[in-house]
Amino acid sequence: MEIFVTALTVFVLAVFVGFEIITKIPPTLHTPLMSGSNAISGITLIGAVLSAGSQHTALTTGLGVAAVVFATLNVVGGFLVTHRLLSMFKRRD
Amino acid sequence: MNSNLINFAYLVASIFFVFGLKGLTHPRTAVRGNLYGALGMLIAVVVTLLDQQVVSVEYVLYGVIVGSLIGVVLAMRISMTAMPEMVALFNGFGGVASVLVAGATLLESVSKGQVLTAQFTVATTASGIIGAVTFWGSLLAFTKLLEWFRGAPKFPGQQMLNMVLLVGSMVVGGLLVNDPNNTDWFWVMVGIASLTGILMVVPIGGADMPVVIAFLNSCSGLAAAATGFVLNNNVLIIAGSLVGASGLILTQIMCKAMNRSLVNVFVGGGQASGGVIADADEVYAGKVKSTSAEEVAMLFDTARRVVIVPGYGMAVAQAQHAVRDLADELEKRNIEVEYAIHPVAGRMPGHMNVLLAEAEVPYDKLKEMSVINSTFSQTDVCLVIGANDVVNPVARDDTSGPIAGMPILDVDKSRTVVVIKRSLSPGFAGIPNPLFAADNTLMYFGSAKEAVLDLIAAIKEG
Repeated sequence: MEIFVTALTVFVLAVFVGFEIITKIPPTLHTPLMSGSNAISGITLIGAVLSAGSQHTALTTGLGVAAVVFATLNVVGGFLVTHRLLSMFKRRD
Repeated sequence: MNSNLINFAYLVASIFFVFGLKGLTHPRTAVRGNLYGALGMLIAVVVTLLDQQVVSVEYVLYGVIVGSLIGVVLAMRISMTAMPEMVALFNGFGGVASVLVAGATLLESVSKGQVLTAQFTVATTASGIIGAVTFWGSLLAFTKLLEWFRGAPKFPGQQMLNMVLLVGSMVVGGLLVNDPNNTDWFWVMVGIASLTGILMVVPIGGADMPVVIAFLNSCSGLAAAATGFVLNNNVLIIAGSLVGASGLILTQIMCKAMNRSLVNVFVGGGQASGGVIADADEVYAGKVKSTSAEEVAMLFDTARRVVIVPGYGMAVAQAQHAVRDLADELEKRNIEVEYAIHPVAGRMPGHMNVLLAEAEVPYDKLKEMSVINSTFSQTDVCLVIGANDVVNPVARDDTSGPIAGMPILDVDKSRTVVVIKRSLSPGFAGIPNPLFAADNTLMYFGSAKEAVLDLIAAIKEG
């Protein structure tokens, strides 16, 4: 229960931080915000690495490796697409 | 590696994520912000590889290599016009990864005979449901944006069915919480949630897409946060909730821009919500004035301020480069040109901004609705390119009907409005637009790209 309360505290505070930062983002950057934040949500990769790397049973390792593939795709593709999007927004003067 | 050290590194990664998002608040700092985010991710992944739970990195590396290759190819080859599809697809991948991690962790903990806490089982359930809905919902949104799946079929009892499925997946989740050793429940639950995700997006189409994309974006974050509760991992919780919050805000902005609630988007499915819908013939009969490139070019001769209003039609015709050339041509003649961007123009939040940025339109010329609306009365020519519902004055005047109360761009207050459109067909809301029949409106029929190119030629001649 103690662990849960700590985790919940972290969760709630992070949501507030998220709200505070993101309300300041101008509409022009809404697409990069989506793709960039989506890349961050690929953080599940960490859980995937733990599942794939612990090599408990063939099934859990298989699920873990599949998760690693999807999450890496999400992270690498997400950050790269965001970079491409943002490089178009550079001032050209 | 010591678990305290690992957690410390996770804290550093979380700080990078926060600064990364903060960087996105301005175009100047945004590229750096994105790099901060990527750096945070790199730190988090590398220290995880050093975790003592990771016995062998071999398979992990295979997975990372395969995922990176596909990711790089997709990200580099995709064209800017296909960006909504790409964003939808990446959203889905995050969701399915969360489902798989939750499933693998559940199987592992059960077979090790660990005592499972309520936090663990409930979070596993949440991660499975949210992740599956995100994955399948995003896949369906992806196929719809590609127009592999056309239309938005509706059938009686559809909302009821979706509700029953969603509640059903929760009930099965409850069974899992009650008896976590019976891991089959997890997969049954994921199956039902997958079906829910698909059926939820089936009746949604067209102009409602930005809301759905933003909502799924939020879900991908919440799924990651739920996985964080499964693993008791702070960096997952923090990163996931940041993304969840970001997606929720975007969803809210999109809903407000359509004067609809999220529930209405999913349940109403874009149907007319009562009110008398005007007859198209009655609205248009004898009042629509058609114009030509030469005539519009003459209008620009005396104009000092022009506002361009892009809509989904510009995206479909890929006319953004032509539009930019037109603006250049006008600016050469000392005409002030600005762009008016409605929040839900296009198929994802910020869609028009991305397309125009691709055509190298400076971002400070793209004006938000609230900023530009007061300037239409000082605008000589307003050029509406492939937009319809977002400039429909009915939204302002009517009290009922599908778009009543929706904030619109007040283009009708300009001295002359030129609408480039292929026909008088209605927009997504399915209602006629009195703007097209207004005294100060000229209809310039044609596909956005050809029409704008003809217009440039006419200006150069004139």
